[in-house]
Amino acid sequence: MVVYWTDALIFLLAIAILLLGWRASRKEHLRRPWRKVAQNRVGMVSLVVLLFFVVIGLLDSIHFYPDLDKGSEQQSGEAISLFDKWVTPIRLQEEKSYSAPFASRLFAKEMIEQPNGQVVWDYPRLKYGGAHLVDEGVKKSDILALTAGGMLKGLGFWLLVTSSFALIRWRSLSKMRRNLGLVLNGATTLPLRAITLTILFLSLCTFSAMELAPHYHLFGTDKVGQDVFYQALKSIRTGLMIGTLTTLVMLPLALSFGILAGFFRGWVDDVIQYLYTTLSSIPGVLLIAASILMMQVYMANHEEQFASLALRADMRLLFLCLILGITSWTGLCRLLRAETLKLREMEYVQAATAMGVKRGVILVRHILPNLFHIVLISIVLDFSALVLAEAVLSYVNIGVDPTTNSWGNMINSARLEMAREPVVWWSLAAAFSFMFTLVLAANLFADAVRDAFDPRRASD
Amino acid sequence: MINYVIRRLLYMFPLLLGVNLITFVLFFVVNSPDDMARMHLGQKYVTEEAVSKWKVERGYDLPLFWNDSQEGVGKAEKTIFFEKSVSLFMLKFGRSDNGRDIAADIGQRMWPSLAIALPSLIIGLLANISFALLMVFFRTSRLAFWGVTLCVALMSISGLFYIIGGQFLVGKLLMLVPISGYDTGFAAIKFLILPVLIGVVSGIGSGTRWYRTLFLEEIEKDYVRTARAKGLSETAVLFRHVLQNAMIPILTGVVVILPLLFMGSLLTESFFSIPGLGSYTIDAINMQDFAIVRSMVFLGSLLYIFGLLLTDISYTLVDPRVRLS
Repeated sequence: MVVYWTDALIFLLAIAILLLGWRASRKEHLRRPWRKVAQNRVGMVSLVVLLFFVVIGLLDSIHFYPDLDKGSEQQSGEAISLFDKWVTPIRLQEEKSYSAPFASRLFAKEMIEQPNGQVVWDYPRLKYGGAHLVDEGVKKSDILALTAGGMLKGLGFWLLVTSSFALIRWRSLSKMRRNLGLVLNGATTLPLRAITLTILFLSLCTFSAMELAPHYHLFGTDKVGQDVFYQALKSIRTGLMIGTLTTLVMLPLALSFGILAGFFRGWVDDVIQYLYTTLSSIPGVLLIAASILMMQVYMANHEEQFASLALRADMRLLFLCLILGITSWTGLCRLLRAETLKLREMEYVQAATAMGVKRGVILVRHILPNLFHIVLISIVLDFSALVLAEAVLSYVNIGVDPTTNSWGNMINSARLEMAREPVVWWSLAAAFSFMFTLVLAANLFADAVRDAFDPRRASD
Repeated sequence: MINYVIRRLLYMFPLLLGVNLITFVLFFVVNSPDDMARMHLGQKYVTEEAVSKWKVERGYDLPLFWNDSQEGVGKAEKTIFFEKSVSLFMLKFGRSDNGRDIAADIGQRMWPSLAIALPSLIIGLLANISFALLMVFFRTSRLAFWGVTLCVALMSISGLFYIIGGQFLVGKLLMLVPISGYDTGFAAIKFLILPVLIGVVSGIGSGTRWYRTLFLEEIEKDYVRTARAKGLSETAVLFRHVLQNAMIPILTGVVVILPLLFMGSLLTESFFSIPGLGSYTIDAINMQDFAIVRSMVFLGSLLYIFGLLLTDISYTLVDPRVRLS
């Protein structure tokens, strides 16, 4: 077992969110907007997709050293994650170089020595992709058969999950039958039909991928022969980390400064306003670039502090989140300051002051809870922007460490291959489609949350 | 009014001083000039002489804040802080780490940046506003719902995809325009079309959505209801009342980024190899040329603060209710 900094923080964050959720579920006024989110069909579908990504990301955040006595696996001394363990075949099946999705041969011709000593100039067979095929002519039907098998398993899994949920929820058979009709018609308040269909889709995809991945490279392989599908999956963790840990940095800064400036006004307000205007006037990318450059210099001069490559990459990821947090708290801080200015003139705050409640207590009990919706909305809105920003920063070489799997790094390394003829498109396609799915889900969910929490939009 | 502008101009100084301090701390205090020299000259096998030679050539051999070896004012003047940071206030950018004159480079490179950024901004603005108006016009129909969904989908696509996809589709498959490069004078136009187009398309999702919210906020107000009650047609209401009043936030949003247009776009310029300030910055980052990055940080902040000032002034011009005091 080995715990990286980012691992610890992400689980801390997950626990904090669960605790907050548990607290919110016990108070009616907190539960009401969430119920509205739950009734939003698009919002719930995107939440399911988001949770799917989050589960993969969390599985990928439990690291341990693999058993050393199992000598068959290649041992590099690097820690692997639970997720790595799960997808072991595609993690280790490395080809020589580029190969197209579902290919059974390499992308470029090579000299091949045949058993009878003859040397031929041809596309060599892959070491793993389609290696089980004796006759390559049946590849298509083999793929279809594997997909069908995977889909059947997925369907079975889905039936198992949904029926057990139905059993837990409705207990008796007659109740289940009655509710089944409602679900099929989409007449339930919670959009159960949409949710279960999304789960069905996800489980079909997952199980067919699980069937196919050991035998084929779903998204081909990259320059050094690594499976692109595996890289794209591993990048999920990086994307989630950037999107969430940045929030963890940003939130305390924005909250404390925003509330203090709005509540105490006077010179406190002046100082804080000066601080955030100064910071926000530095173009974000340049500040990030400058900080990352400085960190590189520091790391190069203090190599002894970063024992392993993985630790170094992890520190860099954490540092990137820190910098992103520092550059992005100003916007939220401004919003919170304005809202606090408005709130402190409210009658209930005046009443509390008149009754002699201490200022600290007023801040915590009367001001803070009423800022919650602004914080929540801006967090979910920022998430997708941060995931997208990661790709751009990695392209400029000021993003995550080049050894970290991330969509930005995938795009960065695949970009030059667009000039090749025929084009090597699959790395880009995989990175962009994964990123698009995550960001779209996050954006749609953010919309649902905003609709439910923003008082200006809550007309009903 | 003039009083206000003067006060705002004076307020720029503490802000810029803050920016200056932050960059100074980042570049010289977190890592000493020795560290930077080692980074440039190679990590392991570098002699002390080489390091000090590198520092003397670039003027990094002075003390940080206070020079005791000098006389009088020189104590404060002959320091890294004064020579490298304070001189930025006079727009003296000095020389880059490999000896080029930064000010001359900036003067030369800002025009290509502007040539891309300005058309992208104007065309983008027109496109976004028209789409947003259309969506507001059809706000009760299914069309608006799908419009919003499309906007969210467009927003969720990475900017890199627009650039790479656009280059591939228009430049490589259709061969309509050159994929990248730049030329002087009017010959540059054929190189500008694609980056401008991509700049516009990549901004449509978020832009349209943002303007749509502005218009929708405006359309619920009383004066719009009055206008409708008078019997004005929906188009007249939209163009004469809603659009005109929504122009206030739109204009001020645009004014704040106007000065920053000179800085160019990092991504577009480097993908299309356009010799603007954006690609200048990226090259500097990749070559770890700290002098250029420092200058660009300062220039960017200066332009942003200037943009804020312009915004405040433009408020008074477009909105008669706002009086500056």
